[in-house]
Amino acid sequence: MVPEAHPECDDPSETGLASKSMRGIISYGAYLPYRRLDRSTIAAVAGTGGGKGTRTVASYDEDTTTLGVEAARRALRITQARPGALWFSTVTPAYVDKTNATAIHAALRLPGDVIAADFGGAIRSGVAALRAALAGGPAALVVTADIRTGLPGSADEAAGGDAGAALLVGDETDGPVLAELIGSGTATDEFLDRWRTPGDIRSKQWEEKFGEMRYLPLGTTAFAAALANAGIEADRVDHLIVSGSHGRANKGLVRKLGVPTDRLVDDLTATVGSPGSAQAALLLSATLERATPGQVIALVSLADGADVLLFKTSEALTGVVSEASVADQVAAGRPLPYGKFLAWRGVLTPEPPRRPEPARPSASAASRNEDWKFGFVGTRDRTSGAIHLPPARVSMDGGAIDDMEPVPMADVAGHVVTYTIDKLVYSPSPPVVFAVVDFEGGGRAPIELTDVDPADVAIGTPVEMTFRRFFTADGIHNYFWKARPVRTAVTPPPASTVDSNKGA
Amino acid sequence: MASHGIKDRVAIVGMGCTAFKEHWDAGVDDLALDASNEAFAAAGINKDDVDAYWLGTAQSGMSGITLARALQLQNKPVTRVENYCATGSEALRQAAYAVASGAYDVAMAVGVEKVKDSGYQGLNAFPIPSDGTTRTLTAAGSFSMVAPAYAAKYGVPMEQLKRTLGRIASKNHYNGARNPRAQFRREMSVDQICAMPNVAGDLSVFDCAGVADGSASAIVVRAEDAHRYTDKPIYIKALSFVAGNGSGLMDPAYDYTWFPEIAACAADAYAQAGITDPASRIAMAEVHDCFTPTELVLMEDLGFSERGRGWMDIEAGRFDLHGELPVNPDGGLKSFGHPVGASGLRMMFEAYLQLRGEAPDDRAISSISGHRNLALTHNLGGYPGEMVSFVSILGPTQD
Repeated sequence: MVPEAHPECDDPSETGLASKSMRGIISYGAYLPYRRLDRSTIAAVAGTGGGKGTRTVASYDEDTTTLGVEAARRALRITQARPGALWFSTVTPAYVDKTNATAIHAALRLPGDVIAADFGGAIRSGVAALRAALAGGPAALVVTADIRTGLPGSADEAAGGDAGAALLVGDETDGPVLAELIGSGTATDEFLDRWRTPGDIRSKQWEEKFGEMRYLPLGTTAFAAALANAGIEADRVDHLIVSGSHGRANKGLVRKLGVPTDRLVDDLTATVGSPGSAQAALLLSATLERATPGQVIALVSLADGADVLLFKTSEALTGVVSEASVADQVAAGRPLPYGKFLAWRGVLTPEPPRRPEPARPSASAASRNEDWKFGFVGTRDRTSGAIHLPPARVSMDGGAIDDMEPVPMADVAGHVVTYTIDKLVYSPSPPVVFAVVDFEGGGRAPIELTDVDPADVAIGTPVEMTFRRFFTADGIHNYFWKARPVRTAVTPPPASTVDSNKGA
Repeated sequence: MASHGIKDRVAIVGMGCTAFKEHWDAGVDDLALDASNEAFAAAGINKDDVDAYWLGTAQSGMSGITLARALQLQNKPVTRVENYCATGSEALRQAAYAVASGAYDVAMAVGVEKVKDSGYQGLNAFPIPSDGTTRTLTAAGSFSMVAPAYAAKYGVPMEQLKRTLGRIASKNHYNGARNPRAQFRREMSVDQICAMPNVAGDLSVFDCAGVADGSASAIVVRAEDAHRYTDKPIYIKALSFVAGNGSGLMDPAYDYTWFPEIAACAADAYAQAGITDPASRIAMAEVHDCFTPTELVLMEDLGFSERGRGWMDIEAGRFDLHGELPVNPDGGLKSFGHPVGASGLRMMFEAYLQLRGEAPDDRAISSISGHRNLALTHNLGGYPGEMVSFVSILGPTQD
């Protein structure tokens, strides 16, 4: 049976279009992996499945933690506001027992008094983390990421997508609110539509019609509750987002909400696929990129119930330009052969390189060097200006000892000085493309390139840094930074990270 | 600061060198024993006559016990040394200095490496616990970055440079074909080499050193004692070593067309030997041709060619077996093979044979004449931007 939906009115400010104390979205960032699987290539190999369009595919060196880092970096780059909490949600965590949000926290170089914790396991945990952040407390960075797969030829394999999306949520006092929460509704019910046993690569689904029948009334009930909570009518909605892994239910619900169909936001399933717990934040980010001030955005999520969040955009939205829009990222993708997709997801096991597998990284060494390993922070000799990557105590230029300042390099642009294609070295996906990279304003690092075809790289190629998982040994994920060719316009790094007067 | 050297104070009086190959049926003990026995026989002594031993092995054994056990040395000081691929040279350097100091009368350096028991091709370093941020690149990949940088800096078309690199490999195969101890004994034409598929950058496997098991050894004594052991001692003119600080990896000024550690090491070696014009004194060189671009750049770093002109000298045949300055007449790392801990001593073994007139006829060099009678060996370890370098200069007579 479907329970009654409860408009959430704990906070009086959530009532009415014009609230007194605004809480809502302060910034957003979306990250789509570079590779695309063309669904039409699936059936030739799997014998069945596939379909039209493409889906995004996380690289072999990406996991939900690294997808989350990339999305979160983008969210923090377009605002001065900083979070007091980091909530990370994914269905496919890189670790259990150990928190994954702490690696994101480290990559973002957030201070130690910012809590970082995981919301894990269920698709609903993405929108739940967002709701938790919107409920109050310190500004919270909600980071969602998912990698969706399934058995070869399955509907999930084709329909899924990989993405990261991050939303910084807070009050006006934390920073300009781009989209204020004006109402919400929820409906929860226990029924079996989609499930997975921990460790399985595939989800299973009950007969589709059953889930649809359950989801539709949950959705309409929660939507009505949210409208009532906000004190608006359905036709006031300018952008209707419906997210959820039950495609039929999503489509069916749209027809029942009373929102004109031209207000429906593209759910990106034709190009990105359905990225599980990251879908709601991804679609909200994409909508915020296109919305204008004074508009109402309805975010409807169908996952083990229904959640509806109504936002009203503010004047602060004007002038916010995301450096890599979702549309640009959708357009920037490069095809990936189906065989590589299967190998990257561990479904197909190709012959590994005949080289020793790398040893597990040392926990104590990694901890000592956290700023370098997770934050890509080097040091700069205060006297000579020489940048040291990795950080050093003794300067290579002049020999000054312990006279260094930290220099964050993750957001500094660079270019390829020289490079090579190494077919001999161990890699989860050979060959390794490796480059010597010089950074604008000084500093050099020999570093692996990623998201690159060997033919794409040349001396002088502009690159940017990206947080990746190099390999996993003894169950330990080895995170560090790689460089990738710049494919989208990048805002210049903050002045504090580049000192053009220094460096060799 | 001083680097006085020990010119003409220490002499090599006996050497040994096993064949370098895939010794599936020989272990570290066998190889070290065979190379040692050859040196003992050459010097006319036995293991008890040696006062102290230095064992060079990069990763085939730990501590001096590796050698003491293999040779069953009784109450001898045995020191294991490691300095990347320059390990064998380092062992000789320590032994020579020990004799020069007066601490011992007779010292021995034994270099050995058993690389073919790993089950993998190529060289594989011991994993040292780390934070997981160290470079993910093979040595081949690292050295392959030299070729395009050199081509761009000096305006050499990459196709031309690739031919030049092929010529280096072809020359070393030609020489190795005349060396019964070498791993690869087949001549290879430049065309054959250039047709091979690339494995790292523009390098094919034929641009890479052979990977072999092997051992080489040398016995050193004070120069005044040398004739007690042999009629043809080889005198040490210089032993130079430079360990880089790794700054090339992070200094934007480094351009991958030269190895500063080697240039500094060579300058020190020439100074120790009192050489101001290498061309007038050096009659042959054994250099660390781990990859063909390395040998190209070494010709310039060692002062044999002007900057940017090494490739022309190579094309002109200057470093061929019967060229003006034969380089790697034994086939080099490329053809002789590269058992890491043994290679530095193997280079000296070839200098020892050639300077004593004991090289087989079909690879005996003809460049030694009068005052121009010295051999140079050059051994490096590491990567462009982060390497160790060793240079020795050896001669058949005291100045």
